[in-house]
Amino acid sequence: MRVCVDMTKCTGLGICESLAPDYFEVGDDGELRVLQVEVAEADRADVEESVTSCPTEAIWIET
Amino acid sequence: MTRLVVVGASLAGLRAVEAARKAGHDGPVTLIGDEPHVPYDRPPLSKAYLDVAGPGGDEPTPTTFREKAHLVDELGVDLVLGSPATGLDTAAREVAVGEERVPYDALVIATGARARTLPVGSGLAGVHALRTLDDALAVRRELDRAASVVVVGAGFIGSEVASGARKRGHDVTVVEALETPLVRACGEAPGRWIAGLHDKHGARLLCGSGVAALHGSSSNGSGRVEAVELTDGTVLPADLVVAGIGATPNTEWLEGSGVEIENGVVCDETLASSVPGVYAAGDVASWVNPVFGRRQRLEHWTSAAEQGAVAVRNALDPSTATPYRTVPYFWSDWYDVRIQFVGSPQADEVLLVDGDPEAGERWIALYRAGDRLVGALTVNGQTEVMKYRGQILKGGSWDDALAFAEQRKVARTVPA
Repeated sequence: MRVCVDMTKCTGLGICESLAPDYFEVGDDGELRVLQVEVAEADRADVEESVTSCPTEAIWIET
Repeated sequence: MTRLVVVGASLAGLRAVEAARKAGHDGPVTLIGDEPHVPYDRPPLSKAYLDVAGPGGDEPTPTTFREKAHLVDELGVDLVLGSPATGLDTAAREVAVGEERVPYDALVIATGARARTLPVGSGLAGVHALRTLDDALAVRRELDRAASVVVVGAGFIGSEVASGARKRGHDVTVVEALETPLVRACGEAPGRWIAGLHDKHGARLLCGSGVAALHGSSSNGSGRVEAVELTDGTVLPADLVVAGIGATPNTEWLEGSGVEIENGVVCDETLASSVPGVYAAGDVASWVNPVFGRRQRLEHWTSAAEQGAVAVRNALDPSTATPYRTVPYFWSDWYDVRIQFVGSPQADEVLLVDGDPEAGERWIALYRAGDRLVGALTVNGQTEVMKYRGQILKGGSWDDALAFAEQRKVARTVPA
């Protein structure tokens, strides 16, 4: 399971960071950084919530 | 087979029907909306959507969430669009849409809110509110030819419109009835600090003045708007007036239904209304947020999306209903500045922990209630804001938040 972000859609709002801080962090420049690409099974629910909570629908999970 | 009806075809309504299918609901789903459009995203409408058209007169990117075919064919949703729900019979379990009756077993009310309009000048061309796609298209067209823009209300929508108008080089005046804008959303001092952005970007902000009259090109109250007269007698030339003076929850259609209404649909922690089988989500829902133990009605993107999903899951299976708990979050883009707020502005103290609103365009303020951190406001602090959201959700202490803020500030200013 890998987390993917379409950077052309992302506007750096950071809801994903509040839900899965081990995976996402918005930088001072407003750009999202993916801290960890491989999704651990234990974190799956948090990352999935980041996917559904993204206002710009920029995140998805590839299995 | 449980018949699900969702009234309101915007973000909360869309998320409700999607979550219903995701939860395995295979019964009929009806989505009722007053606008002719399939659900679309609103935040861009007062932001990028207002920008000048691209080369070749490109239309702005549509903000539609899902194609109609997807909703109908993939999700199996029966769409009833273009006419509002007009009544609710909770005994017969039927929603009225004009003459039509739509029966339900589980109902989610997501009828949102509508923009308040100015009490004067309603017959004049060039006077708009901004809430719907059609509003945004109209304002956008007006911006293509306007020269002098008056925005009434220095809240988030009004200020975003002012930013868009300044970006196009128009002369912009923002008129605010309160002495300090955004007091309710952010508190006294932060409201003043944020409002300072208008001056810095060439828009004039007039606080403490109401609108007395709008004057048009013809003396009988019709024609195009030409000027705004304020309560202090000031007359501002205007060929476009946009009102951003708040929104009213759409609950009139529920009168006499037995569903308790007070500033929205009154819900418990699980978004259940006073009537069994009837839940609410989005701008229309007033519910008790367990994070603060307080009743709230939010008009935010994030909570509308999340509540749509929670409300429908609870409506379909009340025996396993879960509370909706959230740290409220909203954002707004003014000029080139991103404003973000998490938590609650109802605080005993607001403290600036980083930056200087007078001097720079990056600063952070924290909100304390008792010994807890309850809110954080960041201006161009994208990398900070969500770290505070996590702390607020966990009931983090004020002292910990201050220590964290100091540590972040040092890490940023002292090279490793």
